[in-house]
Amino acid sequence: MTVAPSTFRFVSSNRRVREDRRFVAGQGRYVADIALEGMLHVAVLPSQHPSAKIVSIDASAALAMPGVHYVLTGDELAGATDQLMNGLDTPHVKRFPLAVGQTRYAGEWVAAVVAETRAQAEDATEKLRVVYEPLPFVLKAEEALRPDSPPVHPPHRSNVLLDKLFVWGEVDRHFAESPRHLSFRVTWGRNSTVPIETFGVAAAWDPWRDMLDVWASIQMPKYPDQIARALRIPANNVRVHHDVDVGGSYGVKRGIKQSVLVAHLARRVGRPVRFIEDRLENMRSGDAHGPDRIFDVDVAFNDDGIVKSMKIRALDNAGAYAGRAPFQLGKPIGAIVGPYKIESVQYRAQSVTTNKAMQEAVRGFGQAPTNYAIETAIDKVAAAVGLPRIEVRRRNFIRKEEFPYLIPSGSTYDSGDYHTVVEKVFKHADFEAMERERDRLRASGMLAGIGIAACLEPSGGNSSFEPLLNEKNTTTTWMDSCRINVDALGFVTVTIHTTSSGQGHETLVGTVIGEVLQIDPDMIRVVRPDTLACLPSNSPVGSRMAIMLGGAAFHAAQKLKTKLARIAAHQFGCGEDEVTFAASAASDKTGRSLNWAELVNIAHRNYHLLPQDMEPGLETTHVMQVPTGNKLPENGRVQMYPCHSFEFHLVLLTIDPDLGKPEIKRYVIGHDCGVVINPHIVRGMTLGGIAHGLGATLLEEFVYDEQGHLITQSFMDYLLPSSHEMPEVEIVHHCTPSPHTVFGQKGSGESGYLGSPAAISSAINDAVSPLGISFNKLPIRISAIGDAIADAQQNKTKESAP
Amino acid sequence: MKVELRVNGISRTADVEPRKTLLDTLRENFLLNGAHAGCEHGVCGACTVLIDGEPVRSCLMFAAQADGYEITTIEGLAPAPGELSVIQDAFCETHGLQCGYCTPGMILSAHALLQHTHTPSREEIVEAISGNICRCTGYGQIVEAVQFAADRLQKSSILRPEQVRRGHDAPKEGSLDAAKTGAPAEIVR
Amino acid sequence: MKPAPFEYIRPQSLAEACELLAGDEDARAIAGGQTLVPMLAMRLARPAKLIDIMRLPELAGIRQQENALVVGATTRQAVADQDPLIHAQVPALARVLPWVGHPPTRNRGTVGGSIANADPSAEIPLVAVTLGAEIMLATPDGPSSMTADDFFIGPMLTTIAPGECVSAVKFPVWQHKRIGVGFYEVSARKSDFAFASALAQVALDEDGRCVDIALGVGGVGDRALRLDVSPLLGTRLDAASVAEAVHAVASDMDASSDLHASASYRRRVATTLARRAIEQARAEAGARALKGAA
Repeated sequence: MTVAPSTFRFVSSNRRVREDRRFVAGQGRYVADIALEGMLHVAVLPSQHPSAKIVSIDASAALAMPGVHYVLTGDELAGATDQLMNGLDTPHVKRFPLAVGQTRYAGEWVAAVVAETRAQAEDATEKLRVVYEPLPFVLKAEEALRPDSPPVHPPHRSNVLLDKLFVWGEVDRHFAESPRHLSFRVTWGRNSTVPIETFGVAAAWDPWRDMLDVWASIQMPKYPDQIARALRIPANNVRVHHDVDVGGSYGVKRGIKQSVLVAHLARRVGRPVRFIEDRLENMRSGDAHGPDRIFDVDVAFNDDGIVKSMKIRALDNAGAYAGRAPFQLGKPIGAIVGPYKIESVQYRAQSVTTNKAMQEAVRGFGQAPTNYAIETAIDKVAAAVGLPRIEVRRRNFIRKEEFPYLIPSGSTYDSGDYHTVVEKVFKHADFEAMERERDRLRASGMLAGIGIAACLEPSGGNSSFEPLLNEKNTTTTWMDSCRINVDALGFVTVTIHTTSSGQGHETLVGTVIGEVLQIDPDMIRVVRPDTLACLPSNSPVGSRMAIMLGGAAFHAAQKLKTKLARIAAHQFGCGEDEVTFAASAASDKTGRSLNWAELVNIAHRNYHLLPQDMEPGLETTHVMQVPTGNKLPENGRVQMYPCHSFEFHLVLLTIDPDLGKPEIKRYVIGHDCGVVINPHIVRGMTLGGIAHGLGATLLEEFVYDEQGHLITQSFMDYLLPSSHEMPEVEIVHHCTPSPHTVFGQKGSGESGYLGSPAAISSAINDAVSPLGISFNKLPIRISAIGDAIADAQQNKTKESAP
Repeated sequence: MKVELRVNGISRTADVEPRKTLLDTLRENFLLNGAHAGCEHGVCGACTVLIDGEPVRSCLMFAAQADGYEITTIEGLAPAPGELSVIQDAFCETHGLQCGYCTPGMILSAHALLQHTHTPSREEIVEAISGNICRCTGYGQIVEAVQFAADRLQKSSILRPEQVRRGHDAPKEGSLDAAKTGAPAEIVR
Repeated sequence: MKPAPFEYIRPQSLAEACELLAGDEDARAIAGGQTLVPMLAMRLARPAKLIDIMRLPELAGIRQQENALVVGATTRQAVADQDPLIHAQVPALARVLPWVGHPPTRNRGTVGGSIANADPSAEIPLVAVTLGAEIMLATPDGPSSMTADDFFIGPMLTTIAPGECVSAVKFPVWQHKRIGVGFYEVSARKSDFAFASALAQVALDEDGRCVDIALGVGGVGDRALRLDVSPLLGTRLDAASVAEAVHAVASDMDASSDLHASASYRRRVATTLARRAIEQARAEAGARALKGAA
């Protein structure tokens, strides 16, 4: 860490998030707001079968419909474009934006219609005549593991995309030596972060400039590259416009198939084309579902509740295509022991194809489901040894003096003080009073429980999990960048090289640069150039922007400050180190000083006064690599992300035993994300993350019926938490700065989400534990709770009957 | 068919198919892009506008049905270009938004609440925005924004309609909000 | 999700509306549209003509009749929620209205629309069935009516024939002095489609004995159900009697099962809510005496 926290002027103060201003006025610029001249619209035809051969497509009636310009089928698209990229080494698992020869999940897009209006395009899709031959299909992951399951991709010969076993440490010996063992299964149901804005993309092809312009609701690393590859055009023929506001993403806005589809259509029909998914298209076939995962866990521990070793088998139902989502089994390796000093771990990562929609990167990239499994393990150990759940955690937590701490899978946790966060939360919440309240509620006839969860938020995303799961992938570079220009009048303009979906990057960068240059952040303009004018970036994934954008902005500002100091030193005739920079003016020891305007003037107009070899003007850039994580894996071990935020959830929950409906009475979270650059932004992330987690735990699921159809296709069945469902959350702060970052900041883009499912399910299980029941599958629906309670009460009555 | 709609105090005509929703008409014909499509089946509330001062899902109304009402969109709340109403400013103060997609609908629902309930309880705020889904914020800072706005409006010298019991289809003379006049009374610079 | 094309017609009179509805089997009436428009958007319904009845004066208004309150079909739920006549005379309706949908849907959705839509878990049909309301219909042959029990025949299914539309709902108004209402519903989120709901309206005499009782449950089976708890007449609605009477009629109710709730859950919870609703109604009726005492 470079700057001492106590001296901050702008960092950590509650400045307004400047982006808010345009949004409250309805002046955001989302892709559906972009109207290009002559723009045409797209609708798609979904398949009704989970698996079927496409025998024929007759577009003649559709083409005759009013306003229709073109009908595209998968065969044409596959001939004109290259397949979309996979992350794993699975060359026979091929994906194109439209089904080619075969559809692999109900809802998969079979054809696309281009028309003058979206309504006309939809009318025409109804006239497409497709003949299918249904094929056998598989929906459940455990079935897909079997060699005799119908392969979703016959050339791949099985449904197993990934089956990799990692053994870190002496697992077998630790299991043999440990006096106690337990095993359990938990299941994370398929859900996703489902933004209110669906994915949308508009493209225009200019044959005179060989330029494909793209506007999209996108949050995706290497997006222009992948478009270029698929379309077989040079990467500098693709210009993605970043000044498009994204209406929420939380990982999933990676619509590469939609983008390639639209880009091809724009090129083909010679007019700009725009496709905005409607909600049904988005839910069924936007390919933005999240992890769908079964965890089988074995734990080796002793009578004191110390967990020595753990075996985890994580089986994920990837859906019909591979893409990048299977890596969500890899990223959790970077925190596979959670906040605990578990000495050895065996981890088997399995990903299978089935005839469900494809997954996409969801907030946390697999960490939230994994935390649910780990925290369930700790709760079960506590029950087994008869100790309070918090005591077992305290005994297993990494201690503050033990940082930096190397975990068995090769990552080093940078800093933390888990015990103190817990103490702060307990003190704030008055834990003993909470326990008494729970007991009072129980005595009054309610079921009541306290849930706790402790987990890490690895932050500063790089892609070290890629080479871990795919040895052919040797990527270790994950850059981000920032450019600062001070114009001839002294005004500061900064460029950042990614889209934002509400994380307040413009505010973040303005604050950091203002801090370094000591000028009012509100005077700093932040713009987002298109990708041809951009420096490299890898987009806000892996909770990385506070670290990476913050870092790049800091370093670029430092370079600028150094340049100003050099200019001043040259005027003063002293050494650079004798120049102090304060209140955006440079002074020497004798009291001579040059203010901002004077320095700018020299830089821009008085070349004769510049030091030799100094470039005129005041422009600096910085491109940085993610701190740490610069090596390829060795022996299945790698440094994953550099920084590790920590969160501790404490939940008091009641259940009316007759209704089975859980109600959260109190929610306290302790949050340590190092130095906070903007408190408003961090708080928003945490509360929003908890809302996502609450949805995943109690309400949300993509459910397929036995015939392979998604029955939760709309918001009538896929239930999103409203203001009524969210409790008032109390946040308790702690700060253990990271040694790897300029201000000591860590990431917080996933906060709340990573631990709330574990905490809420822990509370529900605590509430029903007197009845001898528990729940091990998310989401936990009211009806399931009610029925389980009724059954347990009936059994009790039977048992006690004479 | 031709429809005549009164939006933010101004009468405007559009030639639309009967099946064109009020939402799509506002956005495509009148270029008022503040109302957003989130689900097109009446659940998420991103399309919320005010009809005679009350929140309505514009994706569930056809333009053909919308004549004869005072329609207020988010664009009708700002007192002047570059200025924000008290409620809009309150959302900025508490950071009651992130991606901004649900925000216009959310603010209009809050605006309608504060027109007739000057000191809303937390429960009343939660109920008023319960038809607007937000995926970013977890609602905490949104509720705070409405509380903050209520407080500021109470303490300011801004005149507001007296509390009106909604019981009649036709708004009382002078009793409903500035949607009638098209020029909101509150100004924040 | 754009609807399939349709013609939009706004008739000037109820008679004209019925004529239009009768004249084309692909014609549908639209009022508030809160349930119809989503179906149009998803192309689950594809009427060739939409007949807008929202502004017909014959369908508007709330008027008193002898022992009844007639609520015009196009009365918006938000308006009904604030109406003093409804609050005073049909307290059961006033009680459920805040639970119908969400504030924006109540600003457009109508009482008649909810009745015509006949969702098994909808609150307004539950009130109609529980109180034994009469559904007033406009038909090409003139006005007609049906009891709520006869009108609702299945999930989203009513006896409405081509050319007909709901013109009003005639709710019985109890003349007793001490009336109380109890209502509970359970859903995944507040104001979602209820898994189970129960509505009770109770009248007590000066000694606290039950002189009238109406009980209905919704969300359990194909439609709202009135349950016969007449054995409770004359009792003080003590817990044991209530439990016995409710159990007798509710324990083997037809119940449906779906993703959100099992049949056993719906049946069991409806029974619990029915008991609680009666208790809540009894307490409210009991409290009235204290207020009204001379």
